[in-house]
Amino acid sequence: MVNIRPGDPLPERQYVCDSIQLFLYNAALWNAHRIHFDYPYTTEIEGYPGLVVAGPLMGDWLTQCVLDWLDEEGTLVSFEYSNRKAAFTGDELRSGGKVISSDPETGEVKLDLHIKNEADEVITPGKATVRFPVA
Amino acid sequence: MGTLLTPELLSNIGKSAPPKKELVTRREIRKYSIATGQRQEKFLTGDEAPPMFHIALFWGIAEMDQLSPDGVFIDSFLPEFPLKRAMAGGWKIDYHRPVYPGDVLIAKRTLTAIYEKKGSQGPLIFYEITTEVESESGETILTEKTTRILR
Repeated sequence: MVNIRPGDPLPERQYVCDSIQLFLYNAALWNAHRIHFDYPYTTEIEGYPGLVVAGPLMGDWLTQCVLDWLDEEGTLVSFEYSNRKAAFTGDELRSGGKVISSDPETGEVKLDLHIKNEADEVITPGKATVRFPVA
Repeated sequence: MGTLLTPELLSNIGKSAPPKKELVTRREIRKYSIATGQRQEKFLTGDEAPPMFHIALFWGIAEMDQLSPDGVFIDSFLPEFPLKRAMAGGWKIDYHRPVYPGDVLIAKRTLTAIYEKKGSQGPLIFYEITTEVESESGETILTEKTTRILR
């Protein structure tokens, strides 16, 4: 906690969602939306360049970014995100973020989070509040 | 402004869906953790559920004839909106305690807001659903607010 300062980066991680992962994710949800598994439908009828990565899957990746950084030393208090731009299977995506503020009295740390695509655009921005134990 | 939102449509604010009750199993946590590319052992073994697991736990189990031709569950809890095309939305979750296998959780969904905004290419309708996830004894586990945008 004492060493956490605004601007500190969170570790980045690359994700490349393939059709197998996308299938397993939507199967775990029971989500039958065809844009996630039916390639001819998705490209020819809906006009997307490929199978669409599920929005909440990218939200999950942002929570992984936070929890991997916390490394069991603090807890996730709140989390928000929005899906601004679509991603497709095979896209090289990166999760990351940085510390926005840190309050040593309450142990509360605010984080900015993102998923970026290959063009370095933030496609899924997010925010989280975490809490560290206060001595 | 507000031309799309009839009093009848706005009267749906505050409407709640029947609560859903689900048992958390280690197997479901493991499936979810693997599918999301999780790295933490406690999630991969199913000892604890990852923060977004409730999305999978409470996803609507629709029957075949409740699915639209594109495979989407038409949620009868929501009113019919004058705009149809769904755009990206936002999610906000406040966490109170982790979820473990063996938990029996209850999700209560309420339509908490409907409002209109002017988009660059025409009007947009926003609606917000608040989901309270509680234990059987009434302890709050998490609160989720999702905002959906229609154009």
